Parts: sequence; structure tokens; C-alpha cells
Amino acid sequence: MSGKYDYTTLKTDVLIIGAGGAGLRAAIAATEAGCSVIVASKSLLGKAHTVMAEGGIAASLGNVDPQDNWQVHFRDTYVEGVFLGNWRMVELLAKEAPDRVYELERYGALFDRTPEGKIMQRPFGAHTYRRLCYVGDKTGLELIRTLQDKVAHSEAKILDEFVVTKIVSVNGKVAGAFGISMREGTFKLIECKSLIVASGGLGRLFKVTSNSWEGTGDGLALSYRAGAVLMDMEMVQFHPTGMVWPPAVRGILVTEGVRGEGGMLYNKDGERFMLRYSPKKKELDARDVVARSIYREIIEGRGTEHGGVYLDIRHRGAKYIMEKLPSMYMQYKEFAEIDITKEKMEVAPTVHYHMGGIRVNPETQMTNVEGLFAAGEAASGLHGANRLGGNSLTDLLVFGKLAGVSASAYAKQGKQIKFDESVVKEEIDRVMSFVENPGATNPYPLIDTLRESMSKYVGILRNDSDLNKAYDAIKSLKPKLKDIGVRGSLRFNPGLLACLEFTNLIQSAELLVRGAIERKESRGAHFRSDFPNRSHDFRKNILFKLNEGRDEMSFAAVPELPDHLKDLGKEED
Amino acid sequence: MQEVKIRIRRSEPAVSNEVRYQEFTVPVGEGMVVLDAVHYIQNNIDPTLSVRWNCKAARCGSCSAEIDGMPKLMCKTRMDTLGKEITINPIKAYPVVKDLVTDVSHNYEIAKKIPPFTPKEGLKEPWTMMQIDVTRSKEFRTCIECFLCQDVCHVIREHQSNYFGPKHVVKIAALDLHPLDSIDRSELLHHDGGLGYCDITKCCQNVCPEEIRITDNAIIPEKERIVDHAYDPIGLLIKKVKRRKW
Repeated sequence: MSGKYDYTTLKTDVLIIGAGGAGLRAAIAATEAGCSVIVASKSLLGKAHTVMAEGGIAASLGNVDPQDNWQVHFRDTYVEGVFLGNWRMVELLAKEAPDRVYELERYGALFDRTPEGKIMQRPFGAHTYRRLCYVGDKTGLELIRTLQDKVAHSEAKILDEFVVTKIVSVNGKVAGAFGISMREGTFKLIECKSLIVASGGLGRLFKVTSNSWEGTGDGLALSYRAGAVLMDMEMVQFHPTGMVWPPAVRGILVTEGVRGEGGMLYNKDGERFMLRYSPKKKELDARDVVARSIYREIIEGRGTEHGGVYLDIRHRGAKYIMEKLPSMYMQYKEFAEIDITKEKMEVAPTVHYHMGGIRVNPETQMTNVEGLFAAGEAASGLHGANRLGGNSLTDLLVFGKLAGVSASAYAKQGKQIKFDESVVKEEIDRVMSFVENPGATNPYPLIDTLRESMSKYVGILRNDSDLNKAYDAIKSLKPKLKDIGVRGSLRFNPGLLACLEFTNLIQSAELLVRGAIERKESRGAHFRSDFPNRSHDFRKNILFKLNEGRDEMSFAAVPELPDHLKDLGKEED
Repeated sequence: MQEVKIRIRRSEPAVSNEVRYQEFTVPVGEGMVVLDAVHYIQNNIDPTLSVRWNCKAARCGSCSAEIDGMPKLMCKTRMDTLGKEITINPIKAYPVVKDLVTDVSHNYEIAKKIPPFTPKEGLKEPWTMMQIDVTRSKEFRTCIECFLCQDVCHVIREHQSNYFGPKHVVKIAALDLHPLDSIDRSELLHHDGGLGYCDITKCCQNVCPEEIRITDNAIIPEKERIVDHAYDPIGLLIKKVKRRKW
């Protein structure tokens, strides 16, 4: 019979948390560098949120528009991030994107082709040229399968359905991670020389979201508690088009590819309203602009009966739609009984992506905690105040690889940091308190309350009074953390997971809302109706760091553009 | 609001041999799918009810189960297509871990045995491929690895054999039909993969949520390739003369 404090220990050079695009690409880089690698993932291998990416991966191949190059990609990304991004990360993204796409093709990914047989590229919001390489509307699936295959045939060890509950750090250096193997129902300690957090975002903090169950900000909260700095937490992207009806499917993503392929937005009066908000870029303006325009139409009474607007792609014809947007066809047919080749879709904005996250060094992806790295949506700095569609998949490959390379270089030089076993015992006590408390409160209604407050008060149009309402809600939920708990064991216990996730969600929510209150301006996805203009004084990142149990907020100026990029990233008023 | 009775198979084999069906009453709203009902139970009645799910949009293939005996994705099965009493079982082809969660790790072991994409040598970069050739492989690449085809396959369910199963034939077809791939995987399918055990009942094809024509487009052509390679007497003769190993 096993005891409460039983656990097994694994050792590895590089530990990667998350098996989405960034985690798997990092695993490939780290095994290629000759390190031992463990990939720990909350989901089953191949199920990560990356499979939901639809529209494509942005890279200036210039296959369709030969004028395209990395400089234009840099400019689009940096300017549409409203000058909050880190120029070096944007530069790396723009320069390396074509290499990573061709590399993915060499790994076995099959992209759609141009008539000459090159990789096809489609237009997407606020990309100057046709830049998104794609596989119908299942680009993310192809990306993850390709990387998954590569990793399966490598030396990397996959530890899936494993929930990390703690990142262990000692004196500002990473030492390992601790968690639960859900399949075995046991605790495991993983000692590592370096650790990459690639665990995605926090969309599930909101009620209406396109994010899958993983997006509970686990990696952010774990890194934060291990001493890492979080940045731009207030920057949450609403995707302009999510499903609206029926209620059970509200929030499910409708790819930007629909607009990329010529889909047009109409209000209930039949007006193509984007002509009014953005006469030049229309439906293909940046996501923050389109999302706000749709939201305005809805709150000003020009929305549909279910609180959305119409998205119409019918003019493309059934054959074209079925070929280019097969998932969208299936999704509306199955979930809403609507044939998008014959009927209009009803859409409304849905929480989609978190630009904020863990602050990293752009050259290495290392955080302020030595040996702790971050990549993908969990990291911040690349997208600034607004992410362009298609840049996320590029982000995963470019910075997943960079994190893998840097983390293995670090692991080769570094040594395993020792720590006291009491750290593990304390963590076991914390986790077990959730299942050993018979009179405990069910966490689910509390999570619902949190998600509802966030969706209601921290939405597309924010203001001081609403944000403070959200902050109050969070403050009143926080003391309840110590009372939550469920029955059952460690084996696939969703209630236990809810307790752990709620702890992480509250952490992220509080920092997000505090950041949003502090940013008294409108920039990108963060729009304040009480401060509707952009302010030069706020061209800085809001940072949070845990200091002896207290959340410390500070500001950091956005790094100035170097000479060779000055003209590309010039700020216009 | 309407109410539906849902019976769910509960068990945790690592702890005890007990298997029981627990009945829950769940209110049904408009457009609700079976996974919503399971979530309702988790949130409001029993937080220990185990289920594997991710996207709730029929993209990830996590929430496979047998709903009233039919292998389906819980997120893609609307409650209004079912009756007032519903029974949910875990997929039967794999050992249960807990409640509706099964251990599908065997599939990842098979995946390791399938040689990965290996491009032809000496290709000029960037590669050129025609859309029509890419399209032939695309159907198989929509596989979301839900393992419903594996579940419904009677060879896997009822016989001890080495047959990889339909999902893996689909994977092999996807690789074989890559326009620039250079490997022949039919020998693997013939011997290690046990494709001969499949007697083309098309059950797998009928349950595929991605509507991949598994039997018609993957299994039968792969069987034909095996026949070409392994049993065609003229082909064998030519090979013998050329002394080329296939």
C-alpha cells in the first residue's frame, strides 16, 4: 500500500511543459542538440490547442505576391502590434518564418499549392501581401501531426496526461517540476537542468472563448510562482468571428480564412458595415479593429436576434467553399444545422489569444529565472498589443526552436540544482488538501462566476468602473480558494483539476485586470472607452513579479528600434 | 426545459473490479451536445466523473465514446438526435483507465513503428508539388486520431492479432501518397501490420467523424499494393531477374 508522500523521480536535461506546436518544436531542437528531453503535457499527445489553428502560417515566401519580404512582414507585425512589441522578437519572426515553413515541409507537411506547384498563400487581416501558407482550414492539425511524427521517432520521452502543479526553483534558478500523472494516479518529480514553458494561453478565463480546455494559464501561474516576470497581461485578443447560435457552441472559432477567401460582414439591416469602419482594409483589417466594429454594431442594436452579425461566403460557390473551408462547412452543418454554401453564418467576437505572458530575453527565450524558458502563446513580447492572424503558428516554430536550442545549450553547461525534499512534501500537502477536505466547496460554480465576471467586465470595450467590478469579483473569490475541494483520487479526477486550474486562473485574472486598470489608454486589443486614445506615456510594458508573496507591478519602456529597423517601425499618429 | 436520463459506465480497474452504471438526470438546452451533458454532471452532480476532452469543436478527437452503442464523438452528437434515455460507455477496444477514459497508448506504440516521411533524394529546394497530387494525400491527413475506427474494428475488438487497425492504415496511406515520399510501407503493413486480417466490412469507414473513406481509399488500395508486391507471379519473376528487393 502506498503512502501519501510517495512519488517517483525522473531526471532529464531539458523538461518541456506543453506538447503543442512550440513544445514539440522545442523538443525536436533539444533532442537534435543531444540532450535528454521529457515533454510533459496536460492533454493526450496530438490533442493540443494547436490543432484548432485554421487559417494558416504567416511567412513572406513571396510565392503569390513576389513583392513580399521579411521587412514588410516585420512592419505589419510591429505596427499592428501598436508599437508595444519587442522589435528583436518581431525581426526574428519575420526573418526566420520562411525557413521554418520550408523546414516543416521537409518534415512532411503538405501545404496547398499554387498552379506552379509552390506553397500557396492566402490573404489575411492586416498582412500587406498574401502571406499565409495553409492546408485548407486545418493548418494547425497538419503542423501538429508533422511535429508529432518527428518527435515520436526521436529520443524525446512523452509524458502526456500529466498535470504540472509546481515549477521548482531555488535562488532564481530552475530545478525541476512536480505534478500528477493522471493515467497512473501518482505523483512524479522531474528533475531537470533547464525547463521550457510552452503551455499556451488563458482563454478559458473567459466564458465565451475559442480556446480548448487547456487554456487555463497554468504555465503563467506556475512560472510566476517560480519567480518569473509576467508582462502585458492586459492584452487579450478577441477573434472577430466566433459562432453565436445555438448557445452550446457559442465561442467556437470561425476562421479568419472565411474573410481571407472573400467573406463579407453584414449587420441585420444588410449593410456591409466594415466599409464604414475601415474603408480601405474592410473585413481584412487587424483583428482588434474588426472585433470592435462587430461589437459596436451589436451593442448599437444592429445585430442579429442572437446577438451577432452575419458573415457571408455564399458568393464563392459550394465547390470552392467545400474545398477551402471544409471544417467551417462541417461545423455549421453539425452544430447549427446551417449550410454555409446556402445560408449566412451568424458570428460574434470570442476570446482567442493572449498576447501577454511570460517575459523572455528575445535572443534566448530565457526568463529572469535562470534555466527557465518560455515559448509560444505562454511567452510575451512578440505580438505587442495585437496579434496578426497566422503569426501564432509562425511564433510556435520560430521561438519553439529558439527555446529548444537555448535550453539545451544552457543544460549542457549547467548542472542539476539541488533542493530540499520538503518542497515536494509541501506541494503534495497542497494538492492533497483538495481531495482530503470532506466539507469542501465545489470549485465549478466559483470558476463560472470568475469566467462570467471576466467576460462581462473585461471585454472588448473596457472602462475603469467595469474593470474595478471585475477586480472586486476576483478579490471576493480569492479567499474561497482555501475552501475548495472535491472527492476522489489523483487518477483522472476532473474536480481536482478544476481546483488546481482555478488557483491558476485567479492568479492570471488578478494580474490581467490590474494591468488593464493601470493602462489608461487605448492600444490594440486593449480599448478603454474612458481613455479612447493612444498615449505616448503608455508605450511601455506593464510587468508583474512576485516578491515575498506580494504582486509587484512595474513599468518597462519598450526597447527602441535600432537604426536598421527605424524606418520600418515608424510610429504614425 | 426538457430533461434526459443519462446512464454512464463507472469503473476504476486499478482500484477495484466493480463496474456500475450510474444514472443522472440532465436538463437539455438548445443545440446541446452529449459532452455538454457530461460537463453538466461534472459541474453540478459528480466532479469525479472522468472524461477525456479538449476542444469541444470536433477537431481534436479526444471525446470518443459509445453513445447508445454507437462509437461517436461526444462533442459532435447533439442531444436532440437521441432519445430520453441515453447510455454512454467508454470505447471498448481499449482498457478503461477510469469511467469514460481509456488507455489508447497502444496506438502511439504502433505510430513509432511506421517509418516517417522520407523525401526522395536530390530534390531541388524549395520543392515543387502539384495541387492534384497533394490532394490525393489530403483526405487521410484530416484524421483527428479519435480512434473510433479502431474501436469499431472487429479484428481489434475480438481477436488477438497484430493488425495495426484502420487508423494506422490511414496514416500509412497519407505517407505513401505524399508526392515526394520515397519509402514503400506495404511490406510493413503486410507482415507486422497484419492488414490481411481486415475483411473489408467497412465499419471503420461508417463511423469516421471526418468522413475519411478508410476502406475504399486507404485499406483496399494498400491491400492491392501488397498483392502487387507479394503475390503477382509475373512481378515476382521480374523482381527475381532484376534481383531488386522491394
